[in-house]
Amino acid sequence: METKKTPLYDEHVKLGGKIVDYAGWFLPVQYEGILVEHEAVRTKAGIFDVSHMGEVMVRGKEALNYLQYLLTNDIGVLENNQVVYTFMCYPDGGVVDDLLTYKINDEEFLLVINASNTDKDFKWMQDNVKDFDVVVENISDKVGEVALQGPNAEKILSKLTDENLSDIKFFHFKKDINVAGTKCLVSRTGYTGEDGFEIYTSTDGIVNVWNSILEAGEEYGIKPAGLGCRDTLRFEAGLPLYGHEISQDISPIQGGFKFFVKLDKDDFIGKDALVAQNENITKKVVGFELLGKGIPREGYDVVADGKKIGYVATGYFAPTLKKNIGTALVDAEYSKKGTEFEVMIRNKPVKAKVIDKRFYKRK
Amino acid sequence: MRVLKDLLYTKDHEWIKVDGNKAYVGVADYAQEQLGDIVYVELPDVDDEFEIEEAFGAVESVKAAADIYMPVSGKVLEINEALEDDPSLLNQDPYENWMILIELSDASQLDDLMNAKDYEKYLEEEA
Repeated sequence: METKKTPLYDEHVKLGGKIVDYAGWFLPVQYEGILVEHEAVRTKAGIFDVSHMGEVMVRGKEALNYLQYLLTNDIGVLENNQVVYTFMCYPDGGVVDDLLTYKINDEEFLLVINASNTDKDFKWMQDNVKDFDVVVENISDKVGEVALQGPNAEKILSKLTDENLSDIKFFHFKKDINVAGTKCLVSRTGYTGEDGFEIYTSTDGIVNVWNSILEAGEEYGIKPAGLGCRDTLRFEAGLPLYGHEISQDISPIQGGFKFFVKLDKDDFIGKDALVAQNENITKKVVGFELLGKGIPREGYDVVADGKKIGYVATGYFAPTLKKNIGTALVDAEYSKKGTEFEVMIRNKPVKAKVIDKRFYKRK
Repeated sequence: MRVLKDLLYTKDHEWIKVDGNKAYVGVADYAQEQLGDIVYVELPDVDDEFEIEEAFGAVESVKAAADIYMPVSGKVLEINEALEDDPSLLNQDPYENWMILIELSDASQLDDLMNAKDYEKYLEEEA
């Protein structure tokens, strides 16, 4: 498949972005450097092009019932203008994708899904419509999206809108907000562990929004931020990335995200398997800190008691924490905090200790 | 991309600066540029011996880990410990900040390395 350009591609090139092919999209992995961009988001602000994300509208009389069946979290408790993080699972409990669900009203929802999974997800959603009175529409090609993240995010965005942004609480949103003259949907959400907003508009409108935010944010130390720090930021904050901490082979229970799976909810896809797993868990994603020297990397083996007990899901020298840490999928008996195991780095075992995988918590 | 005249280069973008039967070894500007922010450098122990093209250490950026290979066979005489304390020195000046000083075991192996001119040509082909 041909690699696609987001509506902001030319802006990335102008800003000196180092462009890579990510999930079928040309996107900047960094502009100035991953470390300075990471730091900017933690201490000031950063703006990300996330136009590659997929968006699906679900409309109809039975939209709520359909989503309760399709998704693992409880959609029934949402108010209008509220957002929830949830999984969409296979019958065996494996994850189709993780996503945000925006409730516009009882009969209208916006689902925001991973770029790499968009086609697969949309087909899965369609296949499961069955007798539900709903229409699912893939609007990904019509939507541009940026994420403005960091402690100065609200100050910056406030310069561009008359809306009182402090009224938008965490995991809530407002539609039809005027941002620098462009009509947008604005949610207080993100993937960095910092305060911030995700802003959706048309593919035409997003260029104005991007440039206006960069200009308005200059006095607040904003930096354009690439995919590189998007991953280090989400990782430090304990947020999963599909294909790493959760996947078709790693269920939300195994991934350690049980909070977003409501096992006492009426029937939903994957429920039986997830209930069974919850009672007898055999492998689990844990956080760990390396006690010896080196950086744990994705795919490195984890060993203990003379055998392989798992592998590293994500690993980094964490820029904010200045520690070599990782997540690993390991046999459940090695998942308790304080447990020690070894990570194989270039064929040498290096000691590590299980710690809370929410490595970084905002003050 | 900076290429220094008096050095020899490998296809994996290591450089070597020969002085008699000793030589300094490091990574070329292209390598640090490709890697981005370098956050970890792994060096061998003094007196370790390596064959040509054997990995003697590693340089890691935020995103990637790269093995660093011997341009020629030799024995490690010194390591640049400053890199362990501040890996970003390799981003700042990868030629000033050598990784290891070695004693050559077979000086004839130098003949197969690229001089600055050939390396520049090689970089153009890579790009």
